[in-house]
Amino acid sequence: MINMGEKGINQDFQFDEPLAPKRTRMQEFWVLLRQNRLAILGLIIFILFFCCALTGLFLTSGPDPLIDPALIRLQEKLRPPLAKPNLDSLRAEEVPYMGVYLMGTDDLGRDVFARMLQGAWVSLTVGFVAVGISVLIGIFMGGIAGYFGQHHIRVDHILLTCLLISGAGLVATKLFYSGAVLLFFGLGYIFYSFFTKKIPGKKAVTSWKGFLHKNAVSIDTLIMRIVDIMLCFPSFFLILTVVAILPASIYNIMIVIGLTSWMGATRFVRAEFLSLREQDFVAAVKALGVSNYRIIFRHMMPNALAPVLVSATIGIATAILTEAGLSFLGFGVPPPHATWGNILSDGKRFIFDAPWLTFIPGIAILIVVLSFNLFGEGLRDVLNPKLRERH
Amino acid sequence: MNRNNSIILRVESLKKYFPIRRGFFQRISGWVKAVDGVSFEIEQGKTLGLVGESGCGKTTVARLILKLLELDEGKIIYQGLDISDFTEKDMKPHRKDMQIVFQDPFGSLNPRMTIGLSIEEGLRILNIKSSRRRKEGLEKLLKMVGMSPDSGDRYPHEFSGGQRQRIGIARALSVEPSLVICDEPISALDVSIQAQIINLLKDLQDQMGLSYLFISHDLNVVGYLCDMISVMYKGRIIESAPADKLFENPRHPYTISLLSAIPDAEPGKKQEMKLPEVDIPDSLILLPGCNFQGRCSIEEPRCREDKIIFEKVGEKHFVRCWKAA
Repeated sequence: MINMGEKGINQDFQFDEPLAPKRTRMQEFWVLLRQNRLAILGLIIFILFFCCALTGLFLTSGPDPLIDPALIRLQEKLRPPLAKPNLDSLRAEEVPYMGVYLMGTDDLGRDVFARMLQGAWVSLTVGFVAVGISVLIGIFMGGIAGYFGQHHIRVDHILLTCLLISGAGLVATKLFYSGAVLLFFGLGYIFYSFFTKKIPGKKAVTSWKGFLHKNAVSIDTLIMRIVDIMLCFPSFFLILTVVAILPASIYNIMIVIGLTSWMGATRFVRAEFLSLREQDFVAAVKALGVSNYRIIFRHMMPNALAPVLVSATIGIATAILTEAGLSFLGFGVPPPHATWGNILSDGKRFIFDAPWLTFIPGIAILIVVLSFNLFGEGLRDVLNPKLRERH
Repeated sequence: MNRNNSIILRVESLKKYFPIRRGFFQRISGWVKAVDGVSFEIEQGKTLGLVGESGCGKTTVARLILKLLELDEGKIIYQGLDISDFTEKDMKPHRKDMQIVFQDPFGSLNPRMTIGLSIEEGLRILNIKSSRRRKEGLEKLLKMVGMSPDSGDRYPHEFSGGQRQRIGIARALSVEPSLVICDEPISALDVSIQAQIINLLKDLQDQMGLSYLFISHDLNVVGYLCDMISVMYKGRIIESAPADKLFENPRHPYTISLLSAIPDAEPGKKQEMKLPEVDIPDSLILLPGCNFQGRCSIEEPRCREDKIIFEKVGEKHFVRCWKAA
């Protein structure tokens, strides 16, 4: 009947099978990354830039900075790079730190080197904070869309949200009475549905109630349509509009850039989650009885982050560029604080007399953005599992 | 009554239809009857084999029982408790009683987690708070499945397929289940490794009194491991019998042809294939009457019309074919 005797396949279970040499993912990552020369170049430039920005912050800030980017020496304006200061006309505290204008001076005689150092920190923080905000929003929205996407939002949820938002809006615009009425109705409905849910087996569905409880859209559709709508706006002009309304400050700019660039990360995380959700290891932990929260953050998220990391690296470059563009147009960080964008913007009036005022910040932006892009693309190659297997 | 107590899982006319969506508005144009009225029971400490060709709904049955998929109709009764209407929340305390071992040893382990962490997830469910005691539990489990206890801090890609399958079994056992669903646990493995895994499963059953639902398309293995065998075809169970009876006296033409397709160990012996060489009908369209029509060797016009019932032909032996019965 069955030609598989018990004796024939009885084997000793204790294995002494040699295991593959132990190499962590991090080590493997390094081996692969080191082969990509451009990515390493990008990484080195990034680290240099990071160090410059950090030292720049310490050298140029505080009550008595070593290198003062705001010091005006009108008699020394538009000096070329590496020019020696005219010591006769300067007071002792006006002499630049190294005894030379390393990158020249601008039309007010301010040291461009000092201003570049100060601007580096702005670029760095704008890049990281803006991308941090966008990645956090992206992971949250994408995770919900990918994991809970099949759940539906009912009609009453949508009406309730509209009610509460418009109520809060009316209160905020000082129409207290009508706003309070809307909020009252909204909260009343929440209480009503909360208590009616507690009674099981009561399923008398009247027609209006049936309509309210109808599934309107799935969460996935809702979030992805919001993403589509956000992508429709030319983001630079959206930022311009928002920045024109808000008071000019470096934090507002970071937040606005972050809030207008989360769509890519959302799409990446959602796509990864959709494919991860169907995999066996997720089904296995679900069958173990692990909570949704833990499944999302411990089991799925680490597997979904690779493309987000790549897009974040490139996103930093875009954010730096956006900030520079805003500053160039005069909507960015308010003067006298220097950023690479407004050095460039100030310099454009003197492009023939003092070309270094445009070229130095321009080339700095170019190098930093390029290095982030190179590193990001290298990261994409390394984190791509197909390339990993080939190795 | 007494007999009922020893039954760990009873499934009654389980149904799961998947919609086929077509066109611009994703209208539902038809249904795939993946599982169409499957019923069986598993006794405590015994093994039920579920056999059938690919796409016949075996894995869907497994996922329905574990409530990883919502069922459309039918009942799942686990140890006298009807879990078929349970929500995710209701199900949570019962999840650990039923576990699954997957077919694909590569996809069933989280590639970014050490296997120790993967297995310890189950120990966390058992509310073992101290990490030292979890470590002990992990080592015990690894030893139980024949792995070295210090391999817990390695990643899945450092193991071979057979080892990963052992890890998958260890993870399933980490919550001390009473029923383990083995969803083709050996079909992705080498023959020599298959034997090890089968023996491991058998040993574990003897030690821990586990019940298995063993899904496979390999009749040899099923015959070796299982007490009862149910043969599935296109979402329905067409024959169900104790293992030895099914091998001695298969009734349904499909079962007969499946048995005849088992390769013989003796070289040079000519195989007699009993499956007629006809085009396999489109599996999405289900005609009235017998599911097996179009491939059957003893087909008659009546097979296309009547509803074929599941008839008893011997002790615990049922067949869904009026001619065979």
